Amino acid sequence: MRTLPSSKVMSSSDDLTEEFEVLIPSDTTAGHEVQERIIGHLQTRNYHERDVFGVRLALEEALVNAIKHGNGMDPAKQVRIYCRVDSIKIRIEIEDQGPGFQIEDVPDPTADENLERPCGRGIMLMRAFMSLIEYNATGNCVILEKGRTIEEAEANDD
Amino acid sequence: MAAGNRRVDVEEVNGVTVAKFTDKKILDEGNIQLIGNQLFSLVDEDRRMKIVLDFSNVEYLSSAALGKLITMDKKVKSINGKLRFCSIRSDILEVFKITRLDKLFTIKENQEQALDGI
Repeated sequence: MRTLPSSKVMSSSDDLTEEFEVLIPSDTTAGHEVQERIIGHLQTRNYHERDVFGVRLALEEALVNAIKHGNGMDPAKQVRIYCRVDSIKIRIEIEDQGPGFQIEDVPDPTADENLERPCGRGIMLMRAFMSLIEYNATGNCVILEKGRTIEEAEANDD
Repeated sequence: MAAGNRRVDVEEVNGVTVAKFTDKKILDEGNIQLIGNQLFSLVDEDRRMKIVLDFSNVEYLSSAALGKLITMDKKVKSINGKLRFCSIRSDILEVFKITRLDKLFTIKENQEQALDGI
């Protein structure tokens, strides 16, 4: 029986399920590498283009938030990324080592007085494009889920 | 600006500056910084008054990029210039709509419409 290393890679329950956890430095280049890896899993499972678009956008926003705002680009701090993907759903957790924040403290970026301010839009886009977005109580870990889009057109020969 | 850093192709069409993004993904922070600097210089240094931003190559755009577009819009308005966006694919247009920035920016379907009457 093979023993998996306790850190980097966890087991997958079947061929279509992939589950992994990685720790990356507070560096957006490392973030993009994980982003590509996760997007690759969606593409392998033929997720709809719109799902891939939404997940990539949400991942970008969440990783930038964790690396810049959470860890303040501190090279001594890391970001934990957990991903579980199968043919119907993807779940991603992104946790930084910052103090966290409370989502209700973020101003509404669509209010007229905030329209020209560059804040809060990342969270708004994550909420719009993902099926679920939640933060832990501390506010330093975001949980994102996206269910696979199944279009009626796919079932037809149209 | 060094050619290798060029993220936006700029041309003049009937007295209007047409700036076309060369990247498919406007996500990376360094990239967004370069794009911002190149766009801002059109206003700050060249004092161009009529600018059309062509998004036909753009497939992804993050909120950090939206921040640069908001700043660009402010700069153009501050010199009483005109700024229009065009050729935005539907996914990206949705990003503008969700954030209500479609109300702030003037968005046209294609370059021809963007140039018309600017």
